[in-house]
Amino acid sequence: MRTVAVVGASLAGLSAARSLRKQGYDGRLVLIGDETHRPYDRPPLSKEFLAGGLGEADLALETDGEDLGAQWLLGARATGLDATARAVRLADGREIRADGFVIATGAAARRLPGSDGLTGVHVLRTLDDARALRDELARGGRLVVIGGGFVGAEVASTAYALGLDVTVVEAAPTPLAAPLGREMGGIVSALHLDHGVRLLCGVGVKGLSGERKVEAVLLEDGRSIPADLVVVGVGARPCVEWLEGSGITLDDGVKCGADGRTSLSGVVAVGDCANWYDPRAGRHRRVEHWTGAQERPAAAVATLLAGGAVEPGVPRPPYFWSDQYGVKIQFAGHAAGADSVTVEEGAPDDRNVLAVYRRAGQPVAVLGMNQPRLFTRWRKQLAAAS
Amino acid sequence: MMIPACRLADLPRGEAFRLDIDPPVSVFHTDDGEVFAIDDTCTHQDASLADGWLEGCEVECPLHASKFDLRTGAVDSPPAKLPVRTHEVLIEDGMIHVRVSTDAPNLPPCVAARLAGGPA
Repeated sequence: MRTVAVVGASLAGLSAARSLRKQGYDGRLVLIGDETHRPYDRPPLSKEFLAGGLGEADLALETDGEDLGAQWLLGARATGLDATARAVRLADGREIRADGFVIATGAAARRLPGSDGLTGVHVLRTLDDARALRDELARGGRLVVIGGGFVGAEVASTAYALGLDVTVVEAAPTPLAAPLGREMGGIVSALHLDHGVRLLCGVGVKGLSGERKVEAVLLEDGRSIPADLVVVGVGARPCVEWLEGSGITLDDGVKCGADGRTSLSGVVAVGDCANWYDPRAGRHRRVEHWTGAQERPAAAVATLLAGGAVEPGVPRPPYFWSDQYGVKIQFAGHAAGADSVTVEEGAPDDRNVLAVYRRAGQPVAVLGMNQPRLFTRWRKQLAAAS
Repeated sequence: MMIPACRLADLPRGEAFRLDIDPPVSVFHTDDGEVFAIDDTCTHQDASLADGWLEGCEVECPLHASKFDLRTGAVDSPPAKLPVRTHEVLIEDGMIHVRVSTDAPNLPPCVAARLAGGPA
């Protein structure tokens, strides 16, 4: 293999490039990123960066003096993959030919239909999004967060600490019920109420009002919530439109084997855009977690370099973290399918909990709130058990 | 400066002991029976590596995914970018002692700011 093109220059793309070099690949390496920034870390965008505690230099993922011997094409959007000619087409007309491809194009924030052109309405996914939101948050006022998921909750927590008047609107009866289950989703989302942040659940958003600038969020039950600023945190969709027509199998992202291989030879996919087969669950899962973007490229790159002849190891159970209102929230495993949840340590009322999810008596997931030591032990146990 | 940490017999393999000095240092007893001392605070964010995931000669930060080599202090995974200091370990009469490095520690921004702003 003489040229490998990594499409996507965020955590998953950078991890893939690092893995290629670590695994002995010494050929030409091209990294293509549609943002103009070098790889940066996203988790602080809803927390320390948004609050002003970290600057842009602190977000850099590359270490000082790190040199992957790669050619960087930044501000270059991929528009197509030609499997026959083995080339990535870019929006500016260039074509990058390669023998191997790593697809790492990530996911894009979902927007609220009809909110285009209205100032004061934000999504949060990229550094540019965070810059714009940070500048507006600094002016204070009334913030309505649409969506009570992790990004929405972290923005609410950060904005609360900055002194804004914050309301969170969530369409589901309980926020975070999908990742954490209803009971624990209720306990974690109660953090909003502890701090006087309003939480409106079980009500959809009908639209926004305002001429040029947003003035209110209109709810389906007829209520109107005044807003100087709105953050839409309603999830993300995999960025794979550019692969349509390439012959690669798409199904909620790029469909991959347990080793990252796609339906096209010499093409692997990693990160938020990749729908990997999960041998534990016996089905495909697209996991939008930082740790997956960081850990999985090693396996995908091994597959690519070996021409698909490697036996994939069983990945560690998915893990993610969140920080809200000074509480460290950690979760590993899959809550779906658990038939019981037990608090093993701490007390929900103190927002200090180590809870274990089990199916037929076997642990399948673990949640920690301010319990890093015990959480690590359970996380290890979970990995060993499966 | 040589500081007594804990008795080797009180530190089972696979466990860590945190020495509460400023900044804290942690002593790790690996599954292979080796003993190492490194700075306890992850260089990325305020987290105690003594609470982390010890595997071989590597400890993973309990919060995020940064891994530090106990032998060299080197970090091999983001989000951390800087190594932790390593400290000399001496075991005498069953007691683990740590000679704290005189190098400047690499503390995460929030901890460094707190120390700088705190009482001298």
